[in-house]
Amino acid sequence: MNDQPAIVLAHGQLAAGLVSAVEQITGMGNRFVAMSNTGLSGAELEQNLRAMVEEIGAKVVFTDLPAGSCNIAAFRLLRDRDVVVVSGVNLPTLLHFVTHPNLSPEEAATEAVERGGPTLKVTFGKTRGN
Amino acid sequence: MAIELYRIDDRLIHGQVIVGWGQPMNLGFLVLVDDEVANSDWEQELYRMGVPPELDVFFASVAEASRKLDQWNRDKRPGILLTADIDTMARLAGATHATIRAVNLGGIHHRADRVERLRYLYLTGGELRALQELERHGVEVTARDVPASRPIPLSALLEASGEAGAA
Repeated sequence: MNDQPAIVLAHGQLAAGLVSAVEQITGMGNRFVAMSNTGLSGAELEQNLRAMVEEIGAKVVFTDLPAGSCNIAAFRLLRDRDVVVVSGVNLPTLLHFVTHPNLSPEEAATEAVERGGPTLKVTFGKTRGN
Repeated sequence: MAIELYRIDDRLIHGQVIVGWGQPMNLGFLVLVDDEVANSDWEQELYRMGVPPELDVFFASVAEASRKLDQWNRDKRPGILLTADIDTMARLAGATHATIRAVNLGGIHHRADRVERLRYLYLTGGELRALQELERHGVEVTARDVPASRPIPLSALLEASGEAGAA
């Protein structure tokens, strides 16, 4: 069962914004804890993340930029914690994840990426001949 | 093109480096100089995992970097060299005999014994003096987290801290 809160860790206020959007759309924003890297060294970020994973028993950590400090901090937990890291988070991914609490955290994370990833697309207007 | 930016940043490889600096520079390679990371396959894998595949990442100790710096500077692609702290950059600068002419302070974060100098820069008095020492050896030191921000010379940091002219 995917019923533990998950963590969204991102640059600036992005995580708080994403969680607020999840709340607005589903009323399930409290299934996520938003964290930011602002003003933190890599070591502090890892320390804060470890403390939060411990505190809420999170099994999944969503991060934004694959090469970013949030993602690297989350990857550091893979060595000794039973967590799943999802990089490149977007809103559709979080929505799919949170609305499938019957899946295991691993299944929910994998499905969320399969559904959320392809939602990123480009659409041109008619004036461009499409 | 060679190494165009020598940067001190305690987050090492992260968004500001890869995207903020890397995109406008059309970055071709990164050199991460750190004695600990150079001896840890796990740490190297960790940093490589998030980096775009077209970007080469080289890991080196200070001793290895001092031997390879000329080779990296002959690379036709633009590169960034990173250290996590001032001491590592100072040791590299000292070992490579005036090859490094400018150092960028990109991010040194809060620690109990440090004072905030800029939003992204916290330094002890000893670290400020170490930077002054670098400048005395001909290395220009400026603080600048991202290319869009204004470079701030070390002299301005010293003036703001009341340590201008300190030994």
